[in-house]
Amino acid sequence: MVNFFEFMLGLLKEPALMVGLIAFIGLVAQKADTSTILKGTIKTVMGFLILGFGAGALIGALNNFSTIFTQAFGVSGVIPNNEAIVAIAQEAFGYEMALIMFFAFVVNIVLARITPLKYIFLTGHHTMFMSMLVAVILSTADITGVALVALGSTIVGSLMVIMPAIGQKYTEKVMGTDQLAIGHFSTLSYVISGYIGSKFGDTSKSTEEINVPKSLMFLRDTPVAIATTMGTFFLLASIVAGSDFVEEISNGQNWVVFTFIQSLTFAGGVYIVLQGVKMLIAEIVPAFKGISDKLVPGAKPALDCPMVFPVAPNAVLIGFLCSFAAGLVAMGIQGAFGWTIIVAGVVPHFFVGGAAGVYGNATGGLRGAVLGSFTQGLCISFLPMLLLPVLGGLGLEATTFADFDFGVVGLILGWMVQ
Amino acid sequence: MKKILVVCGNGLGTSLMMEMAVKDVVKKIGLDAMVDHEDLSSATGSKADIWVAAADVAAQLKEAGKENIISLVNIFDKASIEEQLNTILND
Repeated sequence: MVNFFEFMLGLLKEPALMVGLIAFIGLVAQKADTSTILKGTIKTVMGFLILGFGAGALIGALNNFSTIFTQAFGVSGVIPNNEAIVAIAQEAFGYEMALIMFFAFVVNIVLARITPLKYIFLTGHHTMFMSMLVAVILSTADITGVALVALGSTIVGSLMVIMPAIGQKYTEKVMGTDQLAIGHFSTLSYVISGYIGSKFGDTSKSTEEINVPKSLMFLRDTPVAIATTMGTFFLLASIVAGSDFVEEISNGQNWVVFTFIQSLTFAGGVYIVLQGVKMLIAEIVPAFKGISDKLVPGAKPALDCPMVFPVAPNAVLIGFLCSFAAGLVAMGIQGAFGWTIIVAGVVPHFFVGGAAGVYGNATGGLRGAVLGSFTQGLCISFLPMLLLPVLGGLGLEATTFADFDFGVVGLILGWMVQ
Repeated sequence: MKKILVVCGNGLGTSLMMEMAVKDVVKKIGLDAMVDHEDLSSATGSKADIWVAAADVAAQLKEAGKENIISLVNIFDKASIEEQLNTILND
């Protein structure tokens, strides 16, 4: 009998099976048929395992980049990428993350039911990333077990209704309806952009009245965008570090070839992680929505940031360019002061900068879009740098959490628990 | 049976949300269809009878040579999904 209990305990201690159990409960609660339950549970468990494969693929390339970058510029370079940091962190904190995520869904439903904040946060991957961030910070402060899960899920579940509510004033202006909310933990990027647009913008000229080259839209393809930026910055670092140094790391492989293969390996690794995250949340989110539809009448879905892209496609590109420019400026400042450099990534600047552009345009036209997205671009370049020390051992990795809300929540929480 | 593929940039958030809306519509009109979601990068190599995406991604799918695309300005707009779906089905 003891063996049986140990077996059951071991089963639940395995984070992949833990997330499978969450999907299983969700599917059973929805009265799905047996084949759907089986398929959904298996895919969710596999999704979690795939995260690990992705981490294994990208971490080598990431470490090589980090070594060469440090040699070249004398400071460390960190790539803000949620998928990469979560994939790396799941080995140590996957179990805590899964439990916090599950109860965060419950807290979200309870709060939406009993408070006026009727938001249901449907961006499952962001719930997952936030759960990981909170799990890491609380664990670093030696909070464990039931206290960790109770505290963590209360924090994440509360953020799932509070952040959409904070953005709602501007989201309503962007979307033209109060029935949708923004459910993306870059809320403060959008609020800052919307605020700056309303103060310093000029609504007489919209971004949609000017011509913007659409050729940049190829960056919508995430692996391509990651490969492009990583390739550019890696090459720059390799040139400065010198071919001799790079070929020492590459064990003799030609330094240019090595640089490109490593960049594409990193992008490919992130792509694997994305597929894992996709499988992990594909069953859990619809189950969460199905249950909340029944329990929370009049709930408003809080959706992922590309929700706002069709409203003002030009503002997306302008917002991306300004945000990315801010990222480059920030790199210059960080380098000049000898701080850790947050390598400007196309993906965060495209999605967050683009959406911030739409918010800035809605409140302050073209000028609002430019100023708003540039300002938040500076914020999302400095916040990840400030966040590193509160992440404990994970803060030493060459990648970290990217978005605005992760930075702010992480810093406040880190400061409170220390 | 029709295969409907819903696409967004990362294949994580937006497309999953749209998939839920599309499934509601498919159920409502009683269409025999399999609905799934995917990222734009993978979608270029995938096959489907009908594609669904937000307007900006829809333009990219069209460029990639896809046909029967439902393009949405409001990603949760079930009325628009139903209308465009019926137009494609009646063709």
